[in-house]
Amino acid sequence: MRFDLVFANWELFAGGVWMTMQLTVLSVLIGFCIALPCGIIRARGIKYANGLVNAYVYVFRGTPLLVQLYLIYYGLAQFDFVKDSFLWPVLREAWWCALITLSLNSGAYATEIIRGALQTTPKGEEEAATALGLTRFKVYALVLLPSALRRALPQYGNEVVFMLHGSAVASIITLQDILGAGRTLNAKFYVAYEGFITAAILYICLTFMLVGLFRLAEGRFLRHLRIDAGDRISPKAIAMR
Amino acid sequence: MTVALAICALALATTLGALGAAGKLSGRRIASGSVMTYTTIVRGVPDLVMILLIYFGGQRFINDIGGLFGWDYVELSKFLAGVIAIGFIYGAYMTETFRGAYMTIPRGQVEAAQALGMNGIAIFLRVSLPQLIRFALPGYANVWQVLVKSTAVVSVIGLEDLVGLANDAGKSVREPFLFFAFALLAYLFIYFVTTNLFEWLERRYALKTHEV
Repeated sequence: MRFDLVFANWELFAGGVWMTMQLTVLSVLIGFCIALPCGIIRARGIKYANGLVNAYVYVFRGTPLLVQLYLIYYGLAQFDFVKDSFLWPVLREAWWCALITLSLNSGAYATEIIRGALQTTPKGEEEAATALGLTRFKVYALVLLPSALRRALPQYGNEVVFMLHGSAVASIITLQDILGAGRTLNAKFYVAYEGFITAAILYICLTFMLVGLFRLAEGRFLRHLRIDAGDRISPKAIAMR
Repeated sequence: MTVALAICALALATTLGALGAAGKLSGRRIASGSVMTYTTIVRGVPDLVMILLIYFGGQRFINDIGGLFGWDYVELSKFLAGVIAIGFIYGAYMTETFRGAYMTIPRGQVEAAQALGMNGIAIFLRVSLPQLIRFALPGYANVWQVLVKSTAVVSVIGLEDLVGLANDAGKSVREPFLFFAFALLAYLFIYFVTTNLFEWLERRYALKTHEV
């Protein structure tokens, strides 16, 4: 075991952590922006749009992330009209292709999470908000979404961890993320254990950090749903719910 | 190749999952502790990292061991490395699925069976197992779907699965989009067929409870 090589190349791994974090955080954020309207469309069953969103979700959830990445990175370059278009400077870069693929993938999974959370929202919440005279936009923005998104938090936490792990495929299209650093080390010094074990440990640390963050967020935002919230809620109040 | 790999990995994952669940439920500290370490580590590491670690690291590991005993150079086959890696990863997920399913079975049923004088094996086969299948199926189906998608990454170690073939073919005729789109459709097809298969199985195993 020659872990001194890992320490000698610590910059490689530090850069890898930064790259992985960038890809994960950005793709989750962009994915959320895609998933929010798509989730609402799915939950409401809006005509035409529902079928379209359904197809998007089905394809991205039913196929491997790696194939999606290859299709965008290698596949699109086949067409001349893509190469001639203004998008080419973006689609030529491995980083952008990885980000686009991860975002679309995350968006598809998150759509289902948001749809599920919206559909399990008690009907009374919507009715009460409408009865108060709120516009449809306000019903969603002030009542339904805050309620649904809170309840989606635990699943969303899983999704973020999934994206962190999914981002490892970016190393295949030459990006220097955590795994990319491990692979470079392996290729340079022919040390299989050290590079990959370091990468694995870094991923585990990041995973635990994310899980911890989501635990904290759940403790903060889901406090009203906890039954064992101490003495503030009497058993009678629970029974009356 | 993709299907063969997925099925072999599923068999390994199921075995590991059953062992892991048994270990975790046994209540013995060493068994449940080691299973806990296994599931925590595996679920914290991306599948691709695990595959590369097992393929490159495992190769060296075998030859280090082999060197001690004076074996010749042994090459770890890519297929085997893929099966071990993916089976090892999803074994951890299976452990949780089986453990969860086992815990849903009401404790009283086992006690009732004991009161009837059934022995341990009979209780497991006639009381626990049929219900275990029923409760574990949705989770099992879920793990299978993720597992199939996960097999795509073995193309990275040079295995000629759907993705590997699509990559080679696409490069040689310079039409990568066509071949990757085809691979995409093939995965969708597997997804579609197996989703229906598992739904059918779930209906089949659920019937008995609904008929009452």
